[in-house]
Amino acid sequence: MPRWPDATPWLLLLPIAVSIGAVSIYPILNGIWLSFRNTSLVSQQDDFVGLLNYGLLLGDEGFWNAWRHTVVFTLVSTALETLIGLGMALLLFERFPGRGLVRAAVLVPWAMPTVVTSKMFGWLFDGQHGVVNWLLRSVGLIGANINWYGSVDHALGTIIVADVWKTAPFMALLLLAGLQTIPDSLLEAARMDGAKPWQAFIFVRLPMLWSTLLIAGLFRALDAFRVFDLVYVLTGGGPADSTETLSTLSYKTLFSTLQFGYGSTLSTAMFITEALIAAGFAMFIVRKIGQAR
Amino acid sequence: MTARHGPVRRLSVGVGVVAIVGWSAGPFLWQLSTSFQDDKALTAATPSLWPSPGTWEHYYNVFAAKHFQLYVLNSVVVAGLTTIFCLAIGALAAFSLSRLRIRHRFGILIAILSVSMFPQIALVGPLYLLASALGLLDTYASLVIAYMALGLPLVTWVLFGYFETFPRELDEAARMDGIGPIGLLVRIILPLSAPALVTVGLLAFIAAWNEFMFALAFTSTIDHQTIPVGIANFTDLYYVPWGDIAAASVVVTLPLIALVLVFQRHIVEGLTQGAVKG
Repeated sequence: MPRWPDATPWLLLLPIAVSIGAVSIYPILNGIWLSFRNTSLVSQQDDFVGLLNYGLLLGDEGFWNAWRHTVVFTLVSTALETLIGLGMALLLFERFPGRGLVRAAVLVPWAMPTVVTSKMFGWLFDGQHGVVNWLLRSVGLIGANINWYGSVDHALGTIIVADVWKTAPFMALLLLAGLQTIPDSLLEAARMDGAKPWQAFIFVRLPMLWSTLLIAGLFRALDAFRVFDLVYVLTGGGPADSTETLSTLSYKTLFSTLQFGYGSTLSTAMFITEALIAAGFAMFIVRKIGQAR
Repeated sequence: MTARHGPVRRLSVGVGVVAIVGWSAGPFLWQLSTSFQDDKALTAATPSLWPSPGTWEHYYNVFAAKHFQLYVLNSVVVAGLTTIFCLAIGALAAFSLSRLRIRHRFGILIAILSVSMFPQIALVGPLYLLASALGLLDTYASLVIAYMALGLPLVTWVLFGYFETFPRELDEAARMDGIGPIGLLVRIILPLSAPALVTVGLLAFIAAWNEFMFALAFTSTIDHQTIPVGIANFTDLYYVPWGDIAAASVVVTLPLIALVLVFQRHIVEGLTQGAVKG
């Protein structure tokens, strides 16, 4: 049998290595490097300052403000999306006429550009002419129009609603895939034993779905932690910084004030946080698998 | 719905399904209706669900006054090139990892996947400096190069999974016939992989079509700005042109909805396989 040259597999991996190296690895390392410098495109400074930026970060009220919003956004939106997504998945699992079409419709929020979603919710929740205000007034839930994303009290909530709208159906599809791997025979057996549907859910489906839920929830949380498009387009971080998140704060520090040093400290801090969460979770999963054996 | 289930259960499933469809399609349908209503109707005390009288005014504004077709062209070029490069480079990588004898292939695969978890905000600053140094700011190239690298992990992962399903005998037969590795990939593996290529091609296209942060940072003129940047900048001096925004939203979202409806099954498969990646 003719031998293929040993170098071939590595040669075929060269393009992806160059691409990912240039666009992911290099910038991450460069960002860490910049985070130790006072690089600014305005003052033209570019000196090594050690841990100074990280010290500034810890005392920066703007950073902690953005950190709190990001954590609240991540926890609340992930929890809501997982719960609503689970409900949707259970429904989509049922047989009903036109199921294929409904499953396609569920992809619409996911496929729509996030910028369009932001603008769409800007119109739905408009303080003057928004249809949401009109609906809520019509049914008597509110007495007067609410300035949803224009007021400090409601802006973050409005952004969470927009995110849940966009992402819950996507969660539903992931969880639906998980549900489909549960053997029918198990549910059938539960039914034979006289289990009610909710009992079958708690005792058969939920335990089988647990790992899918955890993994989907984790990836969703890592993604929610970086929220940028929705906030930047809907509120720009306002009003009065009440929706500022770590991504929007980093972006503004980089591209509005042109402080590439301190901006990189902010984004590197985000990167490290995410890496720690992912690594912790990976270890948790590995240990779980180890116990299961 | 089988006969086993009682009417109560059937009814609640029906209500739930209607709720899901309303959730998914409702806001967009409202956007569609908005795009055909004149400004007087949009600012009326009572919103009207159906546009009457309808108007094409907002679509006219979007294309004639705001030159939306230029953004669309930029997005088509950027997303199209991104898709082609992603498929070519991803196929080479997946082929190498799946069909050729290579050490540490799962280690390499996991490394490629973990790179895709880097937050984009941590990449955008240094990449901006790099693009600036290379004179690539406000070019298609800067966006295509960035989107390609962001799309490659998922493309490689899904194609790898697909290539793994082919029997090893295929490779041996090719080797016996004196076909080289590239011949095996191009003449045998790729033609067999059309469904997977469509799936990941669509995912790469949609991701590039929708991306906002890099486009915002790297491009500064209408010559290269993509649709999301164009729509984000859609504000007039004194008021928000909700009707125009709605028209533009409809124009960019309808093609995606068409793709999603046609390729629903492919997309769901690709996404759930890529679910490990997110």
